[in-house]
Amino acid sequence: MKRRHFLQHVLTAASVLPACRFLSHLTAHAATVRAQRKACILMWMGGGPPTIDLFDLKPGSKNGGEFTPIDTAVPGIQICEHLPEIAKVFGDLSLIRSMSTREADHTRGRYYMHTSYVPNPTVTHPTFGSVVSYEFRDRLDDLQIPAFVSIGAAGGDAGFLGMAHAPFVVDASGQIRNAPSEENRRRLPRRLAMLEEIEAGFIRSRRGDLPQDHLSVYRNAVNLMTSDQMAAFSPQRSAPRWGLEAESDAVMERYGQNGFGRGLLVARRLVQIGVPFVEVSMNGWDLHQNVFQTLRNQHLPQLDRGVSALVSDLRDRGMIDDVVLVWMGEFGRTPRINQNVGRDHWASSWTVMMGGGGLRNGQVIGATDKDGVAIADGSRSFLPGDIWATVAHALGIPLNTVHTSRRGRPMKLANGGTPVKELIG
Amino acid sequence: MHMTGHRGIIRNMAVGMVLAAACGPGSEAADSAVDDSAVVAFIDAQIEQAWRDNEVRPSEQAPQAEWVRRVYLDLAGRIPRVAEIQEAFEDDEPRLRTALVNRLLESSDFVRHFTTIWTNECIGRATPRRVSRRGMEKFFREAFARNRPWNDVVYDLITAEGHFEENGAVNYILAQTQMRDDGVQLTAKTARLFLGVQIQCTQCHNHPFNDWQQKQFWELNSFFRQVRRIDHRRVDPDTGRMVDDYSEVVRRDFTGPVFFEKRSGLMQVAFPILGDERIDPDSEDRRGELGRLLTRSQGDAPPLIATALVNRMWAHFFGYGFTRPVDDMGPHNAPSHPDVLDRLAREFVASGYDVRRLIRWICSTRAYSLTSRFGRHNAADDPASGEMPLFSHMYVRAMTAEQLYDSLITATGAHQSVRGGRDAQRRQRRRWMQQFVRTFDNDENAETTTFNGTIPQALMLMNSELTARAVSAEPGSFLYDVLSRPGSDTERVQQLYLAALSRKATRAELSRMRKILRSSGPDGRVAAFQDLFWALLNSNEFILIH
Repeated sequence: MKRRHFLQHVLTAASVLPACRFLSHLTAHAATVRAQRKACILMWMGGGPPTIDLFDLKPGSKNGGEFTPIDTAVPGIQICEHLPEIAKVFGDLSLIRSMSTREADHTRGRYYMHTSYVPNPTVTHPTFGSVVSYEFRDRLDDLQIPAFVSIGAAGGDAGFLGMAHAPFVVDASGQIRNAPSEENRRRLPRRLAMLEEIEAGFIRSRRGDLPQDHLSVYRNAVNLMTSDQMAAFSPQRSAPRWGLEAESDAVMERYGQNGFGRGLLVARRLVQIGVPFVEVSMNGWDLHQNVFQTLRNQHLPQLDRGVSALVSDLRDRGMIDDVVLVWMGEFGRTPRINQNVGRDHWASSWTVMMGGGGLRNGQVIGATDKDGVAIADGSRSFLPGDIWATVAHALGIPLNTVHTSRRGRPMKLANGGTPVKELIG
Repeated sequence: MHMTGHRGIIRNMAVGMVLAAACGPGSEAADSAVDDSAVVAFIDAQIEQAWRDNEVRPSEQAPQAEWVRRVYLDLAGRIPRVAEIQEAFEDDEPRLRTALVNRLLESSDFVRHFTTIWTNECIGRATPRRVSRRGMEKFFREAFARNRPWNDVVYDLITAEGHFEENGAVNYILAQTQMRDDGVQLTAKTARLFLGVQIQCTQCHNHPFNDWQQKQFWELNSFFRQVRRIDHRRVDPDTGRMVDDYSEVVRRDFTGPVFFEKRSGLMQVAFPILGDERIDPDSEDRRGELGRLLTRSQGDAPPLIATALVNRMWAHFFGYGFTRPVDDMGPHNAPSHPDVLDRLAREFVASGYDVRRLIRWICSTRAYSLTSRFGRHNAADDPASGEMPLFSHMYVRAMTAEQLYDSLITATGAHQSVRGGRDAQRRQRRRWMQQFVRTFDNDENAETTTFNGTIPQALMLMNSELTARAVSAEPGSFLYDVLSRPGSDTERVQQLYLAALSRKATRAELSRMRKILRSSGPDGRVAAFQDLFWALLNSNEFILIH
């Protein structure tokens, strides 16, 4: 039985305690050998990272900034000197250096990069994590937590795909608030029996979708509350049934003792138990001033440690080909350095990083010109839809998938984007 | 459609009564030339015409209980108490509806609710550093308590100077100048919040959709260049270290043009100009000049500060404004009911920017009186799916976190357990709010909330300390009172339904709930009632405004 459907029967059935169904998975037989499942981890750089200082350096240009490029594990490819660990694992990563997107405002850029669509007042497009949750809805029977987890709330929602596919937002470090006490768990069956009665009546009274959405969310919340898969959120806890061990201090140290590092570690654990889409946010990239000092002292050490730990950990565990990685923000930053030694918003030529997922990694695709202000002559440019189409390819979601907006408008997967052909080989 | 006509007459009488009652304190500024019933009749006629044009038929008038609950949530920011529901039921229609709107507009709950809304708009829910939330709230409390004309409120906010607790209005500017960005954020926020236009991207280039030019952004920006914030520090006598003291806004010496850079790299100049109105660039009171310009009509159109507030206010009561989003008006985004928006804005100006009077008009419309239930005849009126709203039934919307908190307190008397009076309660509410606030930490000063109908919100309602307190049956609690009063279990169930959902249980609900209660046995009776109350407070019907 699919627990996710637990309340649907209730709407017609009249048994007094149908909510026992909620708890059925506690005795359910856990699959011992589980099919290898594909997943995506999105590393969201909130504020818009200066990719010209990280992944597409311009030594010798007036826009070049303070950093020097270094070699990576892949001959001929260089990145910033303050990312030495990422350089070592670059064989599992790739750079798309010719992103050209049109939205250079945070809210609009965040929306565009997450959904592949520009904002439109009459429709809310689903963020790509919600698309994955929706597409995988029938294959996740042993998953008791939401299929889309957002660590640190990057924003965006399920739009016309419905609240059941909304991101489950947890704190930056992966912590869950208001987890149930034993007492609350014990009293849940009767409470839910009563709740169902009230919910069903209000749904029947025909007031639109919100009452039904409320029910779906409660369904997911109850599944979560009563599941031992919750251990994925706490690195110190183990859940042997799901193959989760408690993480050693060494592992925690490797990822970094900060929000981003911890978030990535939780993301890996979530992927291990079968969550197909996890987003981890790292904020503070809106560097209108003092960009070099902030990068050198704060952002790059964290980023270098976290990303390299994740990549090598996935490889060590044999998961690297099943987990596709995306690293991006709303936009890049102006090649020109402003009077406050900062860089402003810039969408017309910047870099996104991808990795894992069985892609042909260790590549650089596309290029910007010598000052970084435009896509180089002869180089193709890419849109967010192309990134998400590549992810869809890696996850096995058919590219011709079309969703229908609530108004009946067909919406192409990833806005009809094309996978980056060099990566899918 | 003679039914409509009949109802229309009744409602016009009702409007007359609202107006008669409206001539109390706070409406001296009202222009007697504004005919309230004519305003409402015009809106009704326009909206009804759109129904006919789109071949929908409106829903019925909302049952009294539904309407009373809604108007409490919209005006007082909380559900009604049991006694208030019973009191309301004693009145007859339509007297009840008009009298209740008037009573709520005079209530301290109205002032608190609108203070919360506008404080959140101006400084966000996560109070930025060096901003006094208390000061901002004090400013709005006074504004709404005295029903100050809206143009005066906006004038005070953009011209404010002084200490952040002595003149609370300065906190708007303090919150919008968190970065040393030459007032860029302040410019964009002012346009969005008070003029209803989004121009943030014109900082760097001409707007791709509306007709704002980059130059106009910097012209508006140049009004704010005489702002200077001073963040005072002092020595903490205990530690000997420097700590934050107060902040203030003072006038900065600035004349002449501002310079900005075109995409091409060319530098350009901008002078303080709004629309076609140019002020003397040597003026030492640019913000004052701006405040005065904001009330000038723009050609034929009413001033944007009026249109922007009308649009927001309409959205407050219906869940949707005339444009989507409400703060992105302009030729690129045609309003759903342009004539209603225009007329309301003009009358609002003519009334002397009388906020309560605007609210009375909106609450007196036929559209606001309708139920949220709909049928086949108007199922197509579904703005959630992207359709243009026709207002042929009330749209269901979720409570804000503040509305939920205050409603929980109302339903359960949980505040009785808070010691330390109103201030302590406010602090407690603010602490509770923080769990839902996520800031993006960027130059738009934006934040998001996890109080958005998703799992974190459900977990909070199911498991939090607040809920545990709400369903407590300790002496002094609401449940204790209900359970220790004489009466039948049926009456108790009804009390809980009234407290949480502002209505009585249906017969079917009663029999199901009694069955579940009976199965708990006499020992578990208290726990069973607690669980029923828990279920009511966790239900879709409780959290939704309908």
